[in-house]
Order: sequence, then C-alpha cells, then structure tokens
Amino acid sequence: MSENHLGELAADIVKRALARGATDAECTISEGDEFSASVRMREVESLKEAGSRGAGLRILIGKHTGSSYTSDLSAEGIERLVKQAIELADVTTEDPHAGLPDPDELGKISGDLRLYSDDIEGLETPLKIETAKRAEEAALTADPRIQNSEGASFDTNTGRHIFANSRGFAGEYRSSSCSLAVSPVAKDGESMERDYWYTMARGFAGLEPPEQVGRIAAQRALRRLNAVKVETQKVPVVFEPRAARSLLDNIFEAVHGMLVYRHESFLAGKLGEKVAAENVTVVDDATLPGLFGTSPFDDEGVPSRRTIVIEKGVLKSYLLNCYAARKLGMKTTGNASRGLTGNAGIGHGNFFLEKGVQTPEQILASIRNGFYVTELLGFGVNIVTGDYSRGAAGLWIRNGELAFAVSEVTIAGNLKEMLLHLETVGSDLEFRGAVAAPTLKIGEMTVGGR
Amino acid sequence: MEFSESIFASRFQITRQDLERYLAEALSQGGDYADLYFEYLLTSSISLDESMVKSATQGVSMGVGVRVIAGERTGYAYSDDLAPEKIRKAARVAACIASEPAKVEKFDLNEGARHNLYPVVTAPTETAFSARVDLVKRADQAARAYDPRIFQVQAVYADNFRHVLVATSDGVLTIDRQPLARMSVFALARQDGGAPQRGHAGGGGRVELDFFLKEKTPEHFAKEAAREAVVMLDAVDAPAGEMTVVLGPGWPGILLHEAVGHGLEADFNRKGVSAFSGRIGQKVASELCTVIDDGTMNSRRGSLNVDDEGHATQRNVLIENGVLRGYLQDKLSSSLLHSESTGSGRRESYAHIPMPRMTNTFMLAGESDPEQIIRSVPKGLYCVNFGGGQVDITSGNFVFSASESYLIEDGHLTRPVRNATLIGNGPEALKYVSMVGNDLRLDEGIGVCGKEGQSVPVGVGIPTIKIDRMTVGGTA
Repeated sequence: MSENHLGELAADIVKRALARGATDAECTISEGDEFSASVRMREVESLKEAGSRGAGLRILIGKHTGSSYTSDLSAEGIERLVKQAIELADVTTEDPHAGLPDPDELGKISGDLRLYSDDIEGLETPLKIETAKRAEEAALTADPRIQNSEGASFDTNTGRHIFANSRGFAGEYRSSSCSLAVSPVAKDGESMERDYWYTMARGFAGLEPPEQVGRIAAQRALRRLNAVKVETQKVPVVFEPRAARSLLDNIFEAVHGMLVYRHESFLAGKLGEKVAAENVTVVDDATLPGLFGTSPFDDEGVPSRRTIVIEKGVLKSYLLNCYAARKLGMKTTGNASRGLTGNAGIGHGNFFLEKGVQTPEQILASIRNGFYVTELLGFGVNIVTGDYSRGAAGLWIRNGELAFAVSEVTIAGNLKEMLLHLETVGSDLEFRGAVAAPTLKIGEMTVGGR
Repeated sequence: MEFSESIFASRFQITRQDLERYLAEALSQGGDYADLYFEYLLTSSISLDESMVKSATQGVSMGVGVRVIAGERTGYAYSDDLAPEKIRKAARVAACIASEPAKVEKFDLNEGARHNLYPVVTAPTETAFSARVDLVKRADQAARAYDPRIFQVQAVYADNFRHVLVATSDGVLTIDRQPLARMSVFALARQDGGAPQRGHAGGGGRVELDFFLKEKTPEHFAKEAAREAVVMLDAVDAPAGEMTVVLGPGWPGILLHEAVGHGLEADFNRKGVSAFSGRIGQKVASELCTVIDDGTMNSRRGSLNVDDEGHATQRNVLIENGVLRGYLQDKLSSSLLHSESTGSGRRESYAHIPMPRMTNTFMLAGESDPEQIIRSVPKGLYCVNFGGGQVDITSGNFVFSASESYLIEDGHLTRPVRNATLIGNGPEALKYVSMVGNDLRLDEGIGVCGKEGQSVPVGVGIPTIKIDRMTVGGTA
C-alpha cells in the first residue's frame, strides 16, 4: 500500500469514528517488514521473511473510552474496527481525566532524526547469511574450548508508523533497524556456559565488524567457565554496562507515571527529594538522532523531548502521558506509548544514566573483595517497595582484579538504598539499544551463595 | 467440527484443493516437509483501576504462516492477508530455503486425531461485555471489603478465541478452536501511612465466562490478592544463603518449569547446549520425583487438542522416580533425532516458527502429609506464592521469585518474609527433594512462558515438597 494511502486511511478512520458518534478519536497504523537469517555451526538454520500491518483505534464519547484493533484493513475490517470501539464506550466508566492532549500540546520535532537507513533495502540474502556466518566463525575459532554454538542471526526490520487524531494531528515516520547477534557455547570438562554479544544500528553501515562481535561473544562465554558459588556475604557490587542497563529499567518503572499515581512505586511522592547519590543523573531523551529510543512525536501526538529525571541525585521529573499527568496535576512529558490495543501507556525514549569519569579498571582497582556482575536472572524486583533480589553470575573481584567466575548466587538489597549508595559511575557509556548505563558500583549488597 | 465448518472454509472460502496447491508451491524448490498454519484470533480485555472501568478493547488479527523444512534448515514466511495470491507469495518465499527440483507429491489431506478438551459452548463473541464488566467490578468490591487497609485495586478480565487450521505435506489436516480466559487482581495495602505492599492473584484456563461465575469467582481472586497484600505488611527481611526450602502446592510448580522443563526441550538437546544434554537414563532427581508434561488435561491453560503442528498432544513422562526419561519433541527435532513428536510443537502466532514447548508441567503426588513436612524442618523457608522465573539452560542455573513466604522455626511457620529470589541448578536441585506431599495441586491458570521471544500459555503444578538445600537470595 502506498505511503499516502495509509495516512489517508488513518484520517478516514478518525472521521468515521466521529460520524458514528465519537466526540474524539485517535488512530495508529503500523506497517512493518522483517527479515531474519540464522546460521548455526556454519550452516544456514533458518530464513524468515514477511510483512504485516495493523490499525488501532481509541475513541471517546464524552469521558467514556473505547478501543479496538485489527489486522484486517479491508473495508469490512475497518467498518468492524470503528463499530467495536464505539460499542465499548458504553461499558467503560466516565473518567474525568480521560481525553486527548490539548491542541497546543500536539506537534512533532523537526529535522532529520536519522531513524531510517535505506542501505537495508538493497541487502541481498547471501550477504546477510555471510555476515552471520562470519560472526559465528570468529566465535568458533576464538578458542579450542568453543566447539558448539547456539548460532548467529542477522535481522533487519523496517517500519512505518502513522498517527492521526480528531484534534488535527497527523504524523508519520519510517524507521529501520539492523542487528547481528552471536551465542557461542564454551565447554571445559563438565562446565558448559553460553553467552552472547550483539551489534545493532539503524542501517547496515552502522554495525560493528562481525568478527569483533564473534570474538567478544566468545570471550564472554569463556570467562564464565568453571564458575563457583561463593559464601554468603555483604560486599561491594559492580554492574558491567549490560547488567547495569537492567537497573535503568528498574528506575524507569519507578518513575513511570501510571505506577506513581497509583502509589505503586517507591519513588511516588518523592519529587524534589534526594533519591540517589550525587553522581547520579538520569535522562530520558527521545530527540537524539539515530538512536533507538528516538521519535518525532509520542503515541498521543505530543512532540518528543529531553527530560531530566534525576539530577545529581535529586528526583526532578516523572515520565508521563496525558492521563498520568492529569492524575498528578502535571503536564505530559511526551512519553505516551502504545501498541495497537488499549489506552496509551508510558514508554521511554533514550533512557540513560550520564557517564562519570572513572574507567571500569579504576572502579575495579578500588575494590579488595567484591562481585562484578555480568548477568542477571529472574524478576525479583518489587517496584512498590524497592525490594531487590535477583539471580546473578559474573566474576569475583580480588585485590582490584577480576579473579574467577562466579554463578548460582543471588544479589539482594533495596533499590532505595542501592541508588543512594551508588558510589561510582563509570566513563564507559554507550548505546546498544534505547536504555544505556555505564559501569556502576554499589557500595554494598548481600551476595547469597553457600 | 469438520474442516468444512471451520471459519477458514466458511468465511474465507479456503478449500482442500487450495491447501494442497499452497503446499505444492511451498515445496516447489524441493525440501522434506511443508506446513501451513492459519490463525484467526479474536481478543477482548476489560480493565478496572480506582473502581473505574478505564479500558475496554477488542480486536482481531489473522494470518497464515508457511514453513518449509529441508534437512536442518527452515524457511518461513507469513502473510496477514488471506487472499490466495498473498498466501502463494508467502509459500514461494518460504520455498527459497531449499534448492532442488520439486518432488512430485500428491497431498492427500486427511483430518487427523485430536482431543476434545475444551468444548466451545458459548464463544466469547457471543458474551455480552456487560457480563465481563460485572466480573471486574465484583473483584474490586471484594478486595476492598476484605480489609480496610486495602487502598488500591486493579482488576483485568481478558479472553481470546483462536481458530487454527494446520495442513502439512505429511497429509495431516487439523482444525481447532481454542478459548482462553484469565482474570487478574492486584491489590495494594497500607497501614498507618506506611509503605504499601502488593498482592496479586489470578487464574482461568481454556474456559468461558461461565467458569468465573460458577467455579472461580471474582471474589475468590480478589480475596486472595488482598490477603497477600495484607500479609506482606508484617513481612521481615528474607534470609540469605543455603537452607531448607519447603514449597507449597500449586503455582510453586514453576520450579519444575524452570529447573527441568526448559532444559528438556528437544531443540536445546539436539544441539547439545542444554545442561541435560545426553543425560537420558541418568538420575537427575531424588527417587521421590516423577515429573510429567501433559497437554491433554481438560480445560487447563496449557492444554491443546492438537499442538501447533497439527499433532495431538499427549502425556509425556519427563522424569520417572528420579531418572530422566525423555525430551519434549516437535516435528523438526524429532525427525532429526529419529524420534517421534511428543505433541510439543508450539508457536505464539502465525508469525512465529514452532519449537518444542511445555504444556502443563507437574510433579506426581507423594505420600507425606504436608503438615508433617513443615514440622520436620527446624529452620527454613516455606514458599507459597511466586512471581516469575528464568533459566539459563546451558549452565542449568535457574531462579524463581517468591512473592509470599514464611520463616519456618522449629517446625512452625512464624513470620512472613519480603520478596526473595531462589536460585539452583537444574540437574542438581531436585536431588535434594527429601519429602513429597500427598497434596498435588495445579496452579490456577496464569502462567505465560517465554522462549526466544515467543509467549505461550502454560500450566504448572506440584504437591508440597521439601528441598534440603537451596540458595535463598534475601538480605538477612
């Protein structure tokens, strides 16, 4: 379907909803193509290719909401989409805070955000397979202890996102992504470990060399071999960037406007208070060109922006859509996020912790006895209370150096204290996705083991 | 129901000849096997927050996935448009995985065996939305009435109704209609302006709305969620380190799902990347442990009349008296391992390649009295409710997070403790099972299993069991 056609279709769906009695309406249409090539042990394992699209509609009749979605964009499918959303407004409760953004809140940021790279379009399948094979080969030949692999995959996605509402907003953007990932398996006697490494970019040209990705994946798997379980003890814990990113995910949840107004976050009611160590500054920025959390407007048609969430340890802002903002008596921060179904939720743009000055080596050098976490397992984080308890694997720190592999242990504490005792922030911030953090050192946590 | 009565024949006018033609197109470049998976999915969801029904959604998605297998290689393509030219295009794209002349084949499609585990009496599409609204409102009232300290309640009712058709180049043609409904209640409790605590309960299965009126009512789930939140108000810090752990019956069966279930999926074992690879016939648990994966249980969340490759589901013994007996097989792994499918090929949707997955995974009951089990523990932890779990299948390390647990001191339950993660190693953990209760219970029907980006509904179950040694991730 042509570009113009989907934009017109979204506007038409909004118009039909109004004609059927809606007082307001908003329509999202997404269209995407995916390709995936995976290889394992030097042979092609699978090739997958397809495209899909769908439309989501949310309507208001006064302060009653209804919503629907469909992957059937035929005339009959659209008719049904509109009818279903309208009939659901009958069963929802009148909610004084429901509604679209005010007209003066709508808009989009201008300029080239570099979300789409057309070098993906011309890529031939053999090149994609070859790229995955090169990465896996580098992992398989990195060390004699790597004899097996879960394979390597090369994926591309392109998409188009369209949004229109009854208050005059119409916008759309295209995006693309390209990624390469490898999962080698290392074995030494009875010990077997798997790890992975990856590179992702908006276009093919932005990927790191396949051999480098393969070698790093191999090193990561190798250093986990012959891991031991340590004694239960309280020690400093260092999160490498890949593990530190999950702490950022936890912070995002804690400043999520919907959780905040429901008192479901340990950071609810803490605006303006010191919630973290002074070296902690957390930013959400959906305006950074080329990155994965970037977009010209959010999923309610509000322009993307940069929001300082925590500044030098002080909680400055929550992340809000219109609904959460109205519940809290605030203004939207342009963080509305939705798929095709239901009401808008809240998402992040590029959500990161600003880098500090110490290198990871300097951070390790400061620790006589501690735990360097490279992998976290499970979902043991309670955002209501901040209680934190997760499975972990990594390396033990002895006299400032990484000494031996550790696994089958837990790390536990409470996020409130972990943030306040976030002693050191590393200088090694890099974006491998929309959430990013440098190496982080927390003064003390309980490591559960023997 | 016959093929001719299915929505794909009646509404989309797909004929047997069409299916045969698409399969031929899929194998036009050679290949050993091809299948088509048609899906038409209706969903609805109602959610209540702050005593208001804030969201109501319904939707439809449909599509067809075409798979071609050539040796160990899989070609896959899908279309969300069921027009013949779109399906043929997907078949041609999937065909590219092979590169040989077409084998001349005639596909004599015959309707295969299937169970009748969840007869559809009233399709969700014929149920009034007002009836769903009543359910969430009743849950809200019951949770708030449970205790004055409950100050926030969310209730969600979601159902879906999936029509599937699988046609394979082996000549199998199966259709199924799969209802799935779930109710979830979240409650927050607070005492004297202190920090809130959360409780959650939910359940359902391959059932219709009637189930929530007659069997498990909104009040049942609401009271359970409220009770957990209130209990947690008195929780103390969880202990840290190795200790005796007693798991209560039901949902704690998630232990089996993480500790052994995933590691026994045949794809990982075929590739030699699971901690259980090459261990069939070996002892991987105490003699008290017999673990089953059964897709044929009536109305259970993890049950299926046929798996997503058109193969009837079955009852599979994974571990028998402590000895590893078998893997969970799908079409691809079983043919490469010269074995049979165990009816375990599942996929999230038409847009996904099937792989071996669990259905309902549980441990058979033993002979111990549950109270005796607790009384036998001088010092330990009793866990009755869990959040999610995760496993690293290669090292075998797994975790699961206790959301409601109590200290055991001198054989008695004393204080509730705060959330803690439990960690263990798959082939080792169950060797420390020293008592198995006579109280096997299945979970209430809330499980969602994720693997390689695909989510499918599953069930778990377990009697009360005592594990002599397991690491608890608390702070005290």
